[in-house]
Amino acid sequence: MRNVLIIAGKELRSYFVSPVAYIIVAFWLVATGFFFWLSVSSFGEASLRNVFGVVIIFLLLISPALTMRLLSEESRTGTLELLLTAPVKDWAVVVGKFLGAMGLYLAMMALTLVYPLMLVLLGGNPDWGPIWSGYIGLILLGMSFLAVGLFASALTSNQMVSAVIAFVILLLLFVIGQVTGSVGAGVGDFLGRFSLTNHFDPFPRGVIDLKDVVFYLTFTAVVLFITVQVVEGRRYRS
Amino acid sequence: MIEVEHLTKYYGTFPVVRDVTFNVERGEILGFLGPNGAGKTTTMRMITGYLPPTSGTVRVAGFDVTEKSLEARQHLGYLPETVPLYTELTTVEYLDFRGRLTGLLNTRDRRARMYEVMDRLNLTDVANKQIGNLSRGYRQRVGLAQAMLHNPDVLILDEPTVGLDPVQITEVRDLIKELGLDHTIILSTHLLPEVSMVCNRVIIINRGRLVAVDTPIHLTENVNEQQTIQLEIGGTPAAVLNGLRTVTGVRSARLTSPDGKVLDGAADALPAGVNAYQVEGAAGTDVRSEVASAIVAGGFQLLELKAVRPSLEDIFVNIISKEMPEEDDMEDTEMDAGDGNEGEDDWSDEQEVVAAAPTRERVTAKRRVRK
Repeated sequence: MRNVLIIAGKELRSYFVSPVAYIIVAFWLVATGFFFWLSVSSFGEASLRNVFGVVIIFLLLISPALTMRLLSEESRTGTLELLLTAPVKDWAVVVGKFLGAMGLYLAMMALTLVYPLMLVLLGGNPDWGPIWSGYIGLILLGMSFLAVGLFASALTSNQMVSAVIAFVILLLLFVIGQVTGSVGAGVGDFLGRFSLTNHFDPFPRGVIDLKDVVFYLTFTAVVLFITVQVVEGRRYRS
Repeated sequence: MIEVEHLTKYYGTFPVVRDVTFNVERGEILGFLGPNGAGKTTTMRMITGYLPPTSGTVRVAGFDVTEKSLEARQHLGYLPETVPLYTELTTVEYLDFRGRLTGLLNTRDRRARMYEVMDRLNLTDVANKQIGNLSRGYRQRVGLAQAMLHNPDVLILDEPTVGLDPVQITEVRDLIKELGLDHTIILSTHLLPEVSMVCNRVIIINRGRLVAVDTPIHLTENVNEQQTIQLEIGGTPAAVLNGLRTVTGVRSARLTSPDGKVLDGAADALPAGVNAYQVEGAAGTDVRSEVASAIVAGGFQLLELKAVRPSLEDIFVNIISKEMPEEDDMEDTEMDAGDGNEGEDDWSDEQEVVAAAPTRERVTAKRRVRK
């Protein structure tokens, strides 16, 4: 566990010395800011409900960029060899990197807290329940997105390829939630259960359902477990 | 300190390392010599636990690297050939990260150790510089600092002097020799002078197979089957050559240029004067004293006499070029029972080795292999 935090800390530090992180954060703030403004000016209501619905599209784009370098870059430059020969278990490397990415993600979420604050400053009286539950949903959703990204990053030593793989997987898991109507109720329902976004929908409405929380946690754990297997398998392939 | 037993690694069906066995004692600097693609890096990666062996075992400080991997790694410092470092971090940040990771948890101890190591490697100037901006020489030393930071018993250094300038090469070699006083070191290289300068013992590996293990000096002696002597003698060349050729045990005597190139034919025509000669003695004999007394007895002036040791280059090329194509390996290698037991150790077995020359001629060559 100690090693996990050491690696997470190093990852977080590496984010802040690379321009990529700043670009991503800037993009994130501009995009969410724009939709916040749009939502407030066109609906005139003191809530973030509409914003939450839109930002998951941005997360779909952003999270592969956050995770693409985590393992790909280490494997390209060879630093992975030193990391995996240090007295550290492979799972600690994977979980450490995941937590490092989560750290940046949480910082991004924290920055958006200015929006609800602005609602108050603008004289609104927002209902805080759905806002907090929405944030909880975003954090859970982010965990699953970043886990997928990290998995993709373990597959290849090319950052771009890793980002594309992550994006395609995320898009697929997003789309299967949208097509439920067109493939028949039974099949659609079944597929819909695996949609990362369908499980998010209740959160901005103020509903925290245990089954959604369990879904995200399980999904993240399974993907991280597979990632550890991929990293271990690397030793056998290379 | 390091015990490698029957280590074998296949990539698919291709054997990269085949049945390699050796030990390294505490405080020894072992040179790992071989052409590119011989399996040096793969062997080192298996020793560090990065690659699992197909079969065979490696123990570092008594810990099996696959079963007791973490303990083995704790006793091991590794510098891969490419010197992979996090270029976005500064030297201090990087060493701090490695220090934490290798178990230097107490901040004050870790700092102290980091500055001690940086001091030893002359890295204090670049302590707060980003590694990406450092020169190759500095990076190499940061890599070494990282490897020795947690004070491991064993250091595995893969081609540590590649890409350095001559001054840096000397520095790194001196450093390795110094580290060898309190560490066990395996060092791979394809530079032979490096081995003779730095290492106590040499392993030559070719196409995944261990072909020789010995001290650099011992290796040169053993391949030296036929003695070559270089001389500088004053006198008439024709008479000198005649005198030399009559000495028992001398197979040939020739006039050479001062830098050792053999001059044939014109030799007899030269007038009296100081000239360089080369004498070859029969295998296994030392003819130096006989040659010396014959020269003096013949009334010539003996100005210089020295036995020529083949360089490690010669030995290396000799051993490597006698390695044969794969298919012939098994069938044609026979133990030559005739001239076995010269030495007390198990290494003087002679092997008949049949090599397929490019001309399709079968060339028979003898070589010694330590098994």
